[in-house]
Amino acid sequence: MNNPTQTRSGAFLNGARDTFPLILAAIPFGIVYGALAVAGGLSQAATLAMSLFVFAGSSQFIAVTLLASAAALPVIILTVFIVNLRHMLYAASLMPEVKSLPQRVRAILAFWLTDETYAVVANRINQQPNDPQLCWYWIGSAVAMYSNWVFCSWLGMTLGQQIPDLTSWGLDIAMVVAFIGIVVPSLKALPQWACALTAAVAAMASYDWPHQTGLLFSAVVAIAVGLLLEQKTVKAETAEAV
Amino acid sequence: MTELMLILGMAAVTFTPRYLPIALAGKAQIPPLLERAFAYVPIAVLTAIIAQTVLIRDGSVQMSLDNPHLIAAFAAFATALWKRHLFLTIAVGLVVYMICMSLL
Repeated sequence: MNNPTQTRSGAFLNGARDTFPLILAAIPFGIVYGALAVAGGLSQAATLAMSLFVFAGSSQFIAVTLLASAAALPVIILTVFIVNLRHMLYAASLMPEVKSLPQRVRAILAFWLTDETYAVVANRINQQPNDPQLCWYWIGSAVAMYSNWVFCSWLGMTLGQQIPDLTSWGLDIAMVVAFIGIVVPSLKALPQWACALTAAVAAMASYDWPHQTGLLFSAVVAIAVGLLLEQKTVKAETAEAV
Repeated sequence: MTELMLILGMAAVTFTPRYLPIALAGKAQIPPLLERAFAYVPIAVLTAIIAQTVLIRDGSVQMSLDNPHLIAAFAAFATALWKRHLFLTIAVGLVVYMICMSLL
């Protein structure tokens, strides 16, 4: 993890390893997605194709739920677009890290940019800035998430309705504690603490907004609070220096 | 046919927000304010996801001590503050969760 002279395969494996708790948390969701999709009337080919070519957990869940309630195609697409807008924040925050990569590689990395892979990649950048093997770390994390997601979708589709309610097993706790382990070390001063606190309070206030718009709203407000406090701190320090 | 349209449409609206900023990196100059805002993205989005996953169980706010997710999250938070070690944080969180599940 802290080896700076790392090979590509080493970075790849580290990426996959660091994503493990998040993969564990994704297993029940993949299986339940596969079962729900088939039950909702999606063909087996389409169920698998969605995991292969869309690769977005919450979007796929929302799509099959809407499909089961006979929503129109444009409604589903628009909803999925809104749910995915938070990924634009992720991609934007990674802009400085991908500047020198060829466009083809960037497209592949972007296709695989999920909440989970973003979390471990952002943590990696925090721990090892300017890592020349970051791209391979990212690919390692993504390949692990992707193959697990496709496999679990297939499993859920095959098992169908025979499976018990896996989401009630609480495996999502693995995601929660991994995210906590990633966020807490980056809480360095007041602006970061205020940002986190705002995000938590706003997420509670907006949890019942439709299509996860509450997440996007909370993120934007929290980022603004962090920036504003940072601005004030910088000004106060400049004033003291004068 | 409709299924094909559904998957193509979903793939397009999923890939575009993920790719657009990454495609533009190095070509467009990022305003300094925006670049500083990026540093807050992981804190803001991940904390919002944590809060909703921990405190919203079965569709309503569960801010009580018989919510095992809440207790495990608190144990993980304390461990992360104390040691700043990712794997220790995950391990403590999972163990506390399992203990809570076997007691409740």
